[in-house]
Amino acid sequence: MPDGASKVLDVQNLNTIFQTRSGEIHAVNNVSFDLEEGELLGVVGESGSGKSVTMMSLIRLLPSPPAEIRAGKVMFDGLDLLKIDDDKLRDIRGARIGFIFQDPMTSLNPVFTVGFQLREPLMRHMGLNKKQANKRAAELLEMVGIPAASARLKDYPHQFSGGMRQRVMIAIALACDPEVLIADEPTTALDVTIQAQILELIKELRQKLGMAIIWITHDLGVIAGIADRVMVMYGGQVVEEAPVRELFKNPQHPYTKALLKTVPHVRGERAERLEVIEGQPPILGGAPTACPFRERCPVAIDICARENPALHVTGPRHAAACHLVAPAREEAHV
Amino acid sequence: MLNYTLRRLMFSVPVLLFISFIIFLILDLAPSDPTGNLPLTIPPEVREKIRTSLGLDAPMWVRYLLWCKQFFINEPLNIWDQWRGTCSFNCEDRLRVVSYVTRSPVVDLIVERMPQTLWVVGMSYVVGILIAIPIGVISAYKQYSVFDQAGTFISMVGFSVPPFFSGVLVIVIFSVQLGWFPSIYDTTLEVVDWETFKMQVKQMIMPVMVLALQTTAQISRFMRASMLDNLNQDYVRTARAKGLKESVVLLVHVLRNSLIPVVTVIALGVPAVFGGAIITEQVFKVNGIGQLLIIGIQGGDAPLVQTLTFIFAVMIVFANLIADILYGILDPRIRYD
Repeated sequence: MPDGASKVLDVQNLNTIFQTRSGEIHAVNNVSFDLEEGELLGVVGESGSGKSVTMMSLIRLLPSPPAEIRAGKVMFDGLDLLKIDDDKLRDIRGARIGFIFQDPMTSLNPVFTVGFQLREPLMRHMGLNKKQANKRAAELLEMVGIPAASARLKDYPHQFSGGMRQRVMIAIALACDPEVLIADEPTTALDVTIQAQILELIKELRQKLGMAIIWITHDLGVIAGIADRVMVMYGGQVVEEAPVRELFKNPQHPYTKALLKTVPHVRGERAERLEVIEGQPPILGGAPTACPFRERCPVAIDICARENPALHVTGPRHAAACHLVAPAREEAHV
Repeated sequence: MLNYTLRRLMFSVPVLLFISFIIFLILDLAPSDPTGNLPLTIPPEVREKIRTSLGLDAPMWVRYLLWCKQFFINEPLNIWDQWRGTCSFNCEDRLRVVSYVTRSPVVDLIVERMPQTLWVVGMSYVVGILIAIPIGVISAYKQYSVFDQAGTFISMVGFSVPPFFSGVLVIVIFSVQLGWFPSIYDTTLEVVDWETFKMQVKQMIMPVMVLALQTTAQISRFMRASMLDNLNQDYVRTARAKGLKESVVLLVHVLRNSLIPVVTVIALGVPAVFGGAIITEQVFKVNGIGQLLIIGIQGGDAPLVQTLTFIFAVMIVFANLIADILYGILDPRIRYD
């Protein structure tokens, strides 16, 4: 993407916590990032790293309680999505920001036809009547590659296969031509061949419609194939951020390096054991006061236990949150 | 679906025949004597003659087959004749199921009692459901709120307080202390104008209230649990992500799914409506089906008890069938082939 393109989404210092019986869980800590027009931002990290919670927080889709957005700003078209009232937010959800979820098996309502579920956003946001919405719904299904689209509008979700259902979800998310599409592990629940098809579909639709995409995944292979820029998350924080080639070529954060090593090589030696990152992801009990990765980090130093590193710029559009890449530490931690 | 329904209907014939036989067997084994309520001055040999005249001297299987003939053949024929005003298959000699005690046809007795029961018990069922569903929906949506806690408390009361207590309690409060409603249900009241309609409503309020409390307690719990199951489903998140209003998310997406199990529970509860409310009918002196059954049992009136119990069995079998069919209609994933 060209430098200096305008930002469609600008997230600053987002903090989300969950109230549980055993205290607060700090799931998202001071996450800041932005999304440029037409860009595809990949978000990677292992389970529990706060990827999904971050993206759900953006449009306040988390059930509250237990979730609570403590601080932050999400600027979208001059509006702070965390401040505007629910009605305004609902006008944006599904119309200007679309969502695709992980599990297409459960993401569609089983008792309504696919046509009904596709018509809903069209009638809600675009003010179409039922007939117009039906026509547009058939076009959308065709666009996402479902054969005999207008006949299938009358079918129920259980009459579709997993891949087809994910296509329906994509059609719903794109129904009103959104500027931003947030895809929360859209291929994780699908088998590999279907995954590839969905990836191709998204690539193609992106070319055609030009929306910006946030793609959440823990599959680095997917990221390499599709993303422009990558954000690596760990322990509810952004630990590294870089354009995709730069990240794969020149990872700075020890976690990113470790993550890249865990990817199995198809052409590698069979006898080689799969690399793993030892240990467990941290339990995010309190506000972080130390580097969340220090306990699993092979190169941890004393300061890692005392201070949480801030993102430090290490190159053009490349930043990492590690004490080792910011030896001077002149900037105070936020 | 039609195939399935027909198959089920066919299968229910042997089931019901078997049930009727079991009921007959149990009633026959029970140590009861239809002459037991007669004055003690009647000598034993006369009692014996009375029993003979009732046909009690015949062996069990003969009496059972006679009942079958009377109930399955003669009664439907009689209904047909009454409806068309004809007299087919020499209707004068046709034997109907006749009560030992009143000597009148059992079916006529039931038809006489049905309106009161349907009005009071049926109305309480409808009222109970209409109250229970919103309570369940709101309780689940605002889980652990004050409303939810209050709803839980009321259900607990409804489950645990028996109608012979709550019935008497409302009589003491509303009839004795406040004097708002009559404590006895007057069956002879005919609704002809506004005044009598008001009277009818007044005398119905208390029994309906007592019975509706029980229905509400049950159904609202089911509804709440079912809503809670569905509220955390992924499709609810999808609906919200589409920008739909909370009311649409809740009352279209979640409610439709949550109603599926609740509707079957409601359908299974319908036979109980026709069965009447034995205790509540006694408390408020409603002479409905429940009361008829009690009188029949007390008087050793085997044909009456046999017929009533068998009709309940038919209702239960059909309610089960209807519940299954409704399930198939409401949930597109269910297909019976």
